[in-house]
Amino acid sequence: MKVMNMVQAINDAINIKLGDDPNIVVYGEDVGVEGGVFRVTQDLQKKYGEKRVFDSPLAESGIVGSALGMCITGLRPVVEIQFSGFVYPAFNQIVSHVSRMRNRSRGKYGAQMVIRMPYGGNIKALEHHSESPEALFAHIPGLQVVIPSTPYDAKGLLIASLESDDPVVFMEPKRIYRAIKQEVPEEKFSIPIGKGKILSEGSNITVVSYGAMIRDVQRAMIAAKEAGISVELIDLRTIYPIDREIIKQSVRKTGRILIVTEAPASFGPSAELISIVNEEAFLSLEAPPTRLSGFDTVPPLPKGEHFYFHSPERIFYEIKKVVDY
Amino acid sequence: MKTLKKQHSLFKEFDPLKPKKFQIMDNNGKIVNPGWKPDISDKEVLEAYKFMQFARTADLMAVSFQRQGRMYTYPPNLGQEAIAVAAGFIMRKEDWLVPVFREMGAWLLKGAKLSDIFLYWGGYEDGSLFSEAPHFLPSSVPIASQLPHAVGIGFAINYRKEDSVVFTFVGDGGTSEGDFHEALNFSGVWKVPVIFIVQNNQYAISVPVEKQTASKSLAIKSVAYGIEGIKVDGNDFFAMFAAITEAFEYARKGNGPVLIEAVTFRRGAHTTSDDPTLYRTEEEEKKWEAKDPIKRLRGYLISQKLWKETDDKSLLEQYKKEVEKEFSIYENYPPYKLEDVFKFHYKNMPEDLKKQRVEYEKFLNWMEARK
Repeated sequence: MKVMNMVQAINDAINIKLGDDPNIVVYGEDVGVEGGVFRVTQDLQKKYGEKRVFDSPLAESGIVGSALGMCITGLRPVVEIQFSGFVYPAFNQIVSHVSRMRNRSRGKYGAQMVIRMPYGGNIKALEHHSESPEALFAHIPGLQVVIPSTPYDAKGLLIASLESDDPVVFMEPKRIYRAIKQEVPEEKFSIPIGKGKILSEGSNITVVSYGAMIRDVQRAMIAAKEAGISVELIDLRTIYPIDREIIKQSVRKTGRILIVTEAPASFGPSAELISIVNEEAFLSLEAPPTRLSGFDTVPPLPKGEHFYFHSPERIFYEIKKVVDY
Repeated sequence: MKTLKKQHSLFKEFDPLKPKKFQIMDNNGKIVNPGWKPDISDKEVLEAYKFMQFARTADLMAVSFQRQGRMYTYPPNLGQEAIAVAAGFIMRKEDWLVPVFREMGAWLLKGAKLSDIFLYWGGYEDGSLFSEAPHFLPSSVPIASQLPHAVGIGFAINYRKEDSVVFTFVGDGGTSEGDFHEALNFSGVWKVPVIFIVQNNQYAISVPVEKQTASKSLAIKSVAYGIEGIKVDGNDFFAMFAAITEAFEYARKGNGPVLIEAVTFRRGAHTTSDDPTLYRTEEEEKKWEAKDPIKRLRGYLISQKLWKETDDKSLLEQYKKEVEKEFSIYENYPPYKLEDVFKFHYKNMPEDLKKQRVEYEKFLNWMEARK
């Protein structure tokens, strides 16, 4: 075991896979010499050479589109989009080709790539650096969308992503890149894509969240505990394929659910989770399935962002509302 | 392996900064530029001619099948056959074809069966499988978005030090898309073995090439990306064959990509849903009919006593029968199965897809029970 933050854990996962799979190449803007603007790929070029870890021209569509060509031949490209807010030039490639190549070619070609991108806000950033666009990808047939909430999960989920035969949009909650440190095994291990995790068992309400909000929910749970509310906390870990079973089992037990996301409410992941609750646990419900999501607005610039992002107090307030219904 | 007599000076002589178009044969099939005539035997020229005729027969019949309601929307190739057939004759098994949808000759020469092509335009994804044609991507519908894929394949060829070349196609309208420019830029930086063939058929659906770009040509766009480029008479089989051969040798030797502008004319509609009378004149169509690639190559063959005008009739009759046979494979293809909707989205099907399929099966059973 070694104490790592999320940046180090992600770097470690890529490092391990570069070492054991010659088909892996890593590229994007500034990922080579500089090691990425967040230093996630630091020293990898030094170790594996410019042939395998390199800076590409500054063009997201070219980055993702060329990665698909590489996949066709059996390579496993790991591309970095510098911020999720800059992924849109590549959106056509992701939606029209990456997600569809397996189906279009009737299984002849896959798109075994990982598209990494830091996402999420509450970091006092300028415009386009605070959004949570996971629903845009989760809505696209053929993609997998993975979001870790700890260094341990980041390493295990990324290794699973790097070994997956289908494309993964790997979204990294940049607010907690360096905020959480924990012991992470130095050897290779993986965490299956598509499975959530119960972080704490409880009996009064299920709270589902992922990414950087998990830590805030855990803070809110201290207040909830003092108020005598037993919370079952689920870290979704993968947005798609979504873990229906874990939601179903938990809500059938607790009868209540609150979903906490930074992403805007309308048509977002929280709406999908409520839909699952309706389909799988309708007769167990004691209160309306509820969501605490971002406003349907652009995340405000730093002076206004405290309104948009959820404080532990706000999360506790919503938990209490659902329990008191 | 085909080689040209003069090595690697074609791109210099036809530097896209000079207003020159590479041509070997005039409109009547007379060789006007013998110095560049590729080293290709009479037998091979005849074979290419016949193949162009086969592709045209299939293409014309496809339009007619669509008109009869036996197939869906189809994009005609009429008038552009020399480009794809020249490329197809040069392409080897280990080379890659990253197509659009208007280069049927190249598809067939790469190993697609005509029945595959009918399956695709007839509404089956199975038509994109090309089980007997490795190194061949499915058709890419969003304009120019396939070009970055060609670059990625080129990267992989260099990465593994393989001896393959990537052939990719795009239209004149496609040169306005961002992906065209990103792909060209990446290809120059990465020095990938990719041949970009721009079929400049004068119109992007209804919009003439003059409204696409203020550039003096499409080949000239190569200059800014630091890669080789050449403007070629795309209806001249010999010029296309020579230019692609040159590009092929150049790319294969590790010199990097080449952009070929093939000047041609789409004599048919954009697709069977399009009406060209809305945007072009009969006069213009007549002008290009005189430059038709099959007519020109036939003129050459007749002048060399390799072919007689009357030989076409039996050839075309034989081809019609072959096309009918391939079409019947499509028409007798098994019905689309429910599982085919779901099966290929992921290697391992996610639970919710399984659930959606099961729900639909329940509905089908309910329908069955009501009968």
